[in-house]
Amino acid sequence: MSRFSILVFPGSNCDHDAYHAVKHVMGEEANFIWHKETDLQKPDVVIVPGGFSYGDYLRCGAIARFSPVMNSVIEFANKGGLVIGICNGFQILLESGLLPGAMLHNAQLKFACKQVYLRTESTDSPFTNEMVAGQVLQVPIAHGEGNYVTDADGLKALEDNDRILFRYCDADGNITTDANPNGAISNIAGICNDRRNVMGLMPHPERAMESQIGSTDGRLVFASILNALGQTHEA
Amino acid sequence: MFTAHINITLRPSILDPKGKAAGEALSHLGYDAIRSVRIGKFIQLTIDATSTEQAHQLAKEACEKLLANEVMEDFTIEIEAR
Repeated sequence: MSRFSILVFPGSNCDHDAYHAVKHVMGEEANFIWHKETDLQKPDVVIVPGGFSYGDYLRCGAIARFSPVMNSVIEFANKGGLVIGICNGFQILLESGLLPGAMLHNAQLKFACKQVYLRTESTDSPFTNEMVAGQVLQVPIAHGEGNYVTDADGLKALEDNDRILFRYCDADGNITTDANPNGAISNIAGICNDRRNVMGLMPHPERAMESQIGSTDGRLVFASILNALGQTHEA
Repeated sequence: MFTAHINITLRPSILDPKGKAAGEALSHLGYDAIRSVRIGKFIQLTIDATSTEQAHQLAKEACEKLLANEVMEDFTIEIEAR
């Protein structure tokens, strides 16, 4: 059994979704970690969940980044521990410097809450090893600031090192402007760090775990993680 | 005591969706002379410091560590003695 620690900030609202996905769907151990704690409770994986930490004041994730728990997360990541930041969690990882770049308001200026398609751009990561290259997943998004931006050098570094894990695409896997829900540069939906143990993604795999709510494709992300941890699991 | 007046703006190379929307609204109102709108933030700090230089240094650190994200934003600081 793998241990997942799910951070809880004031304003987190996908912490319970992540807990449900890990514990009830995947059957693994899940623990909530309040943001003022420094003990991560010996996790195999840390999930920085979605929501509106600190009301998104100043910038999304900017204040959560200084919560005591984040020092422990940075230390855990630097030792090679698996960290996944979803939506606001991705924004927090950007602000904390664990991942490069920043998030702007969606180009359409609307909060986007809908199902999108993602193309698996790299299967070489602990988060995507259960997919095949180019595999299209259906996963929901729910964000107002998911317009990923990085400079030309930053984009090149991501591309050259195969660090773009997911791009927004249409149902057939074509990367188009129409399929881009927020204006993110190069249709980027998810990236990993250089060491490939930290992933940030705007879409919500933890909300695509059961067919009753539209998709089970999110399970592939969790199955990949378990696979990376040496645990076999049916996706 | 000093007051720091901080302006934070998106870098020129970064698109500003909010500014663009406001610019389009102004255009609809007939303000054709207004060519573009860029929206930023204004932050005011009250600082205990012994000199303008020290106040400026503290404000700069605050911007670099928290108030601005230099991946996408630039900032300017003006210090006023009170």
